[in-house]
Amino acid sequence: MSSWDRFVDSFFNARVAWEYLPRIIDGFWLTILLALSIIASGLAAGLILAVLRSFGLRPLNWLIVFLVDLFRALPPLVIIALLYFGLPAAGLSLSGFAATWLSLSLVLMAFAEEIFWAGITATPRGQWEAARSTGLSFLQTLGWVVLPQAVRMVIPPLTNRTIAITKGTALGSVVAVSEILGAAQAGVSFSFNPTPLTLGALAYVVLFVPVVILGRWIETRFAWKR
Amino acid sequence: MTLDDFLLAFFSLDILREAWPILWQGLQQTLLLSVIVVPLGILGGTILALLSTVEHPLVRWPLMAWVDFFRALPPLVLLIFLYAGLPFAGLEISALGAVAIGFFLNTGAYYGEILRAGIESVPRGQMEAARSTGLGRGQALAHVILPQAVRNVLPDLISNTLEVVKLTSIASVVALPELLFQARQAQSVTYNATPIVAAAVIYFLLLWPVVRLLSRLENRQLAARQ
Repeated sequence: MSSWDRFVDSFFNARVAWEYLPRIIDGFWLTILLALSIIASGLAAGLILAVLRSFGLRPLNWLIVFLVDLFRALPPLVIIALLYFGLPAAGLSLSGFAATWLSLSLVLMAFAEEIFWAGITATPRGQWEAARSTGLSFLQTLGWVVLPQAVRMVIPPLTNRTIAITKGTALGSVVAVSEILGAAQAGVSFSFNPTPLTLGALAYVVLFVPVVILGRWIETRFAWKR
Repeated sequence: MTLDDFLLAFFSLDILREAWPILWQGLQQTLLLSVIVVPLGILGGTILALLSTVEHPLVRWPLMAWVDFFRALPPLVLLIFLYAGLPFAGLEISALGAVAIGFFLNTGAYYGEILRAGIESVPRGQMEAARSTGLGRGQALAHVILPQAVRNVLPDLISNTLEVVKLTSIASVVALPELLFQARQAQSVTYNATPIVAAAVIYFLLLWPVVRLLSRLENRQLAARQ
């Protein structure tokens, strides 16, 4: 067998690919489920923290800033390890899926809070004053006047950050989540052939290339006017 | 569970004392790894950014595909592919080698996008003016365009570098004895979560100043845009 044949037989083995494709597809859906859960909870938590921060309560704001700094500074895999391998010592066992979801949600929450807050502070003061002078309350002003403008302004950085954090779902494979990478690695050890990894990489590319291109498009579409 | 049990499981000084030499080695490895992979990523990014100034479609399209591909593939997937996949092709690769190549490809794509944005932010007239003084294209890029480009995107460059240092934690998956790997080893030997908590604290203390600096730079950038 020539080395080219050996290469094809290793990485693009049709028989192995056919056998493990269903598992990779299961992993594909699990990755999407995990990613969507993280996006929903992470963005919601980030927005809530940013709104709480706008009340301007000193001690609360210190706490929020500390939380944000904490989850910006810690590597996601360290948080996952802490929750998955550490928490059982407190008698609290999380599944791999829950640990990955919670960790990445906290990370996205931190980045999203920072970005939403930047958008809120970037909205001109006059908008607040004008809205309040028409008789809107603080919360009404925030919800109907400031946030719509702020959110629109921060869509590009928010999209990019969300994509980057969502790719972290692959870290779930470390704590036995059979998302794409986990399923692919299991396939490699069963078949003793790396074709499942090729399939897994392909699945990620199919999933994320459109997202990356969408992010690029959003960046130009909603770009800051200079 | 009483408070004492909790402290004993997560913040035990005895365990910390016992695990410290291992953690210290891990920290040194993490720093060493960062000093290797950050320059590698910047090198890869600079090459990509300089290539992006070439307008020929035969350079432009493959370059875009390259960057999008490596931005779409989660770094852990790339790392596993290099480390667990390549040996099947007869290419034995060390953990450090796989990490170095993986980071060159992955973080290079990110640095490349940032530097490209920086180069595009420098007005066209700068290149024309530099060329008209008799500088060559390469000289103009190196001495006129790049310094301004780097200054314009400095917060993004620092932010990405922070992400790269955090990302070195995935090297633990291929058994490279960096901080997270060592903490996991210590945790599984002592049956105690303190080493992982300690690793998290070390990461936080190491990277918090960078997060603070970034917060400040981002706010300043935002104020300048208003």
